[in-house]
Formats: sequence, C-alpha cells, structure tokens
Amino acid sequence: MSDLAQSLSDTGTITRRNLTRLRRQPDSIVFGIIQSVMFVLLFAFVFGGAIAVPGGGDYTDYLMGGIFVQTVAFTCATTCIAMADDLSRGLFDRFRSLPMSRSAVLAGRTFADLAFAGVTTAAMALTGLLVGWRTDSTALKVMGAFALLALFAYAFLWIGAVIGLSVRSVEVAQTAGLIWLFPLTFMSNAFVPLETMPSWLQPIAAWNPISSVSAAVRELFGNTPANYQAPDYWPLQNPVLASVLWCLVLLAIFMPVGVSRYRRAASR
Amino acid sequence: MGAISAEGLVKVFPSRSGEVRALDGVDLDVPTGSVLGLLGPNGAGKTTTVRILATLLAPDAGRATVNGIDVASDPQGVRRSIGLSGQYAAVDEYLTGRENLVMVGRLYHLSSRAAGVRAQELLEDFDLVDAADRPTKTYSGGMRRRLDLAGALVARPPIIFLDEPTTGLDPRSRLGLWDVIEGLVAQGTTVLLTTQYLDEADKLADSIAVVDRGQVIARGTSDELKAQVGGERLAVTVGAGQVADAREVLDRLANGTVDVDEHARRLVAPVAGGAAALLDAVRAFDERDVDILDIGVRRPTLDDVFLQLTGHHAEEKPEAASTARADTSGAGQAEGSDQ
Repeated sequence: MSDLAQSLSDTGTITRRNLTRLRRQPDSIVFGIIQSVMFVLLFAFVFGGAIAVPGGGDYTDYLMGGIFVQTVAFTCATTCIAMADDLSRGLFDRFRSLPMSRSAVLAGRTFADLAFAGVTTAAMALTGLLVGWRTDSTALKVMGAFALLALFAYAFLWIGAVIGLSVRSVEVAQTAGLIWLFPLTFMSNAFVPLETMPSWLQPIAAWNPISSVSAAVRELFGNTPANYQAPDYWPLQNPVLASVLWCLVLLAIFMPVGVSRYRRAASR
Repeated sequence: MGAISAEGLVKVFPSRSGEVRALDGVDLDVPTGSVLGLLGPNGAGKTTTVRILATLLAPDAGRATVNGIDVASDPQGVRRSIGLSGQYAAVDEYLTGRENLVMVGRLYHLSSRAAGVRAQELLEDFDLVDAADRPTKTYSGGMRRRLDLAGALVARPPIIFLDEPTTGLDPRSRLGLWDVIEGLVAQGTTVLLTTQYLDEADKLADSIAVVDRGQVIARGTSDELKAQVGGERLAVTVGAGQVADAREVLDRLANGTVDVDEHARRLVAPVAGGAAALLDAVRAFDERDVDILDIGVRRPTLDDVFLQLTGHHAEEKPEAASTARADTSGAGQAEGSDQ
C-alpha cells in the first residue's frame, strides 16, 4: 500500500472508531442538540427585542449566522476533551507503537467531531426555521454557507486537538478547551453588531475570525439587509474571502503543531 | 546481534528541581527467543527503557536496535516488528473486545476480513469469546489486560514488550496472564518484560537485568544472581522486645549484614552451613532466652540480591506500600491498581 493509501485507510479506521464511540454515548448527542436549540431560543427571544440591527434587519436573521458560528466553534471543546482522555488512558501509546500514519489519529478525531458538528448545526437550522429565520439567496449560496461553516469548524477542531494534547489532565482539558471561546465569540459581531461596541473594541472584533465567518455566512444566507454598510475593515468588507483565508491560516498552523504534539505526547 | 540491543541509553527529563536522569547509560542485549526481565522498583527507569525501545520516546544519547532495525533511523520498521502492552490496559472502553482487536488489525493494514479472522483467533486464545461483543467498560481488570495483550499480538510480532503486565491484578488473573506469557515464549517470541515483582521475574525471565536509578546494576540468570549474593539465609521471627538480643546473636553467627525489620520482629542473616547454622542459632537463642516464633533457612531470593546490591529492598513492604499510596493520594501507584 502506498503511504497515501495507508494514511487514508488509517484515518478511516480511527474515524469509524470515534463515530462508534459517539453512537454508544447517545446522551452526548442529545445534550449537544439541546444546547444548540437552547442557545437559538435564548438569544432570539431574550436579546431579540433589545438589539437593533444596523440597516434595519430582523434580529433572528442576524443572530442565526452568528450562532451557527458560535456552536461549531464550541465543538472544538469536545475534541479537546477527547484527545486528553485518549492520552490519559494510554491509547495513544498503543497507536504510536503501531506502524500507522502519524496524522491519522488527529484526522480521524477531527472528522468524527465534524460529523457531530453537522448534527448540531442541522438541529439549529430547524430551530431557526421554527422561530422565523429565512434565507434569502440561491440554493448554491446557502450550500456555500454550510460548506464555509464546515471548513471553519474543521479548522477550530484542530485548535481543540492541540489544546487537548497540551494540557496535563482531562479535568484541565474540560476548562481549557472551553474558556477562551467565550471572549472570542462575545468580542465579535456574532450576537451584537460591531457598531454598538466601544471604538477601541471595534478593530479587535473586526479582525476576529468569528466576525468574518459570521458576516460571510449572513451574506451567503442573504441575511444582510439590502442597505447595510459593512464597517470599514477589510475582513468585514470581504467576509467570504477573509473567512477562507482565516481557516487556511489556522489549519496551516494547527495541523502541523497538532501532529508534532501527538508524536511527542507521553501518557501520564 | 540479539533481537533487542541497546548501548548507553540516556534519558533526561526536566523537573521542578533541575533534571532527572531517568536513564543513565543502559546497555541491554536480548537474544532471539529469550525473555529478559527488567527488575527494579518504581522510578528505576524500566518504563522509560521500554518506551525508547518501542519508539515512543527518543533517547538523549545512546543507540538501540530492535529486530536489527535502528529505533532512531527507522521507527516505522521497528513498529512493524513489535507488540507493546503497557502499564495501562490501552483498550477503548466504548468499543467491544472484538472491535478493539479489529481496529488494531486494520491499523496494521490487514484487510477487514483478515482482521476479523485474527480477532476471533485471539478472542479464543485469551478466553474472551463470551465477552467479545460487549463494550470493554464492562470487563474486569484481568480481562482488560488480556485484551490489551491480545492487541499487542495481532500482527504476530517476533518481539513483545510487556511493561508491568500484572501490576494491579488479583493473584488469580496474575497466574492466568503468566500462563499466556509462557505460551508466547514457547512459540519463540522474544519478550522484554518489566516488573517490580521478584517472583514474576524469577518465573518468566531467562535472564534478569536489575535496574536502579537509571542503571543496570546487575545481570544474569536468576540462579547466577542468587549465587552472586552467596549462601543461604537464616530468617527468624522473635518475641516482643527481643529484637536487640536476637540481633546480637545473629551478628555473631552471620557472615554478612543482618537485615532487621523491627516492626515485624523479623531478622534475616546470611549464613554458611545450612542445617548446622540453624541448629547453632536455635541453641544460641535458647541461651539468651529469646523466644523463636518462626525460624528457617532458605535459598537467597531476588529481594536479597536487591538488598545486597542497592542497600534497599526491591519491593515495598505491604504496610509501607499502603502508606505511600495514601500519601500520594491516588497519583502513580493507585493508577495501576484500580484498573
């Protein structure tokens, strides 16, 4: 077998293993769905009346782009905990003593978690439709929005994997995998428009990848009001391009770092 | 060249108080088809040695070959020749026993069919057929260890590393695992085994390397090591308050240092002359009015070897071990035993 074929075969084996694990823990899927449904309902009904959307759009339409991004970003906490768990149980010692591809364990983990993110995204989309969210663009663009969410989720899952391989225990991974996501998602245009933030915060939020992706997804869904003027920052003027670039940069950094961490990982 | 050979392995780990030299120049040579037992207390460097030979860790100095392949220049080649069963039972608890073995087979690049056939064989060999299709989180500690060992054998590797294979197992599971290991050896597999149990090394290993503080401090067969320590041992347990008297008596009779366990009121002295020495001792204790609760002459054990070589016992005394476990509040020690 060639190296590439071996690598794909190993990744397939590990992905299957992780999907089987997921299937045997249906409660984790159920809670993942409940959590994403809950976020949509809370934000739509609690913040819906308080936040004015620049350009005069509907807040539910504004919200959906952001909350999709937030939810798929938070999936990386799952990856983080799962990596730390496998490491602490000595499973990586077994894998690393096998003549298998060095990247397959991480690729198999992130592919399985991407499937999980797909399930929660579908639950969220249905909830959104129930509370009045509608897309206003072509089917191709809507598919493009979900493809961009998948790319973004995948890039973030690798960040989760790196954190999971860097912390010293599963308990630490539970906090470390999650805590940085709160400032990151809230200091963005995911839930509130950039225009309402203090001026010193605006450039930070504008260059936050969460903002680019949220804006890009809104644009592709056709959820941006017709007379909306995007703030004068390059990533928000060109959100789709900026999002793709962000994802590629993150992958270019975190994939090699993750594989190198895995190679040196020692069980404790 | 042997199946496993190592020269001058050094591994240094950073620690809060500077550096820890986990390995400080370890040389090993394991002939094909033999069993080497690495014997030593916790932290002696046994696991670090295995991790280097199994390509999980790179040494800071020295070189090693496994099956004639250099671990540094061709780690994937080494991985194709070895099976590793570590201190943890490295099985996925949400997968069934069968799924675990098929997964490992697929990662050795067996076809799905071949992996399934091999999994079934191993489940039969390791007496896991009844539990084959249950998630392994329902398995007992002994079953998990057996499954883990089965995982190491999926590709029928010529060389197996077993890192403390029976630590934390109950005596019955331990004997069962010994049988399995002896079966492997009978088929010609080369085995490197680490253990802190003297009886385990005595029972399974063709030759033993005694490791302490990152160095091999003695090597040879079990008999050779015992001969190195010399003659027999007179062991006596005496009545309360009589340890000091008994010690005086034994200091006179012994041809070496007397080991005293105050708490158990047990004294062990190297003696020459077997039965005659026993009679002399009984007479001498009688003259000093020392009550003998238990007395006997025995061949030296590996614990005596360890004591002679290092000045400390190889195994912690059961009482001391339980104190240590409480002190470290679940770290390290307990990890192995609650699996």
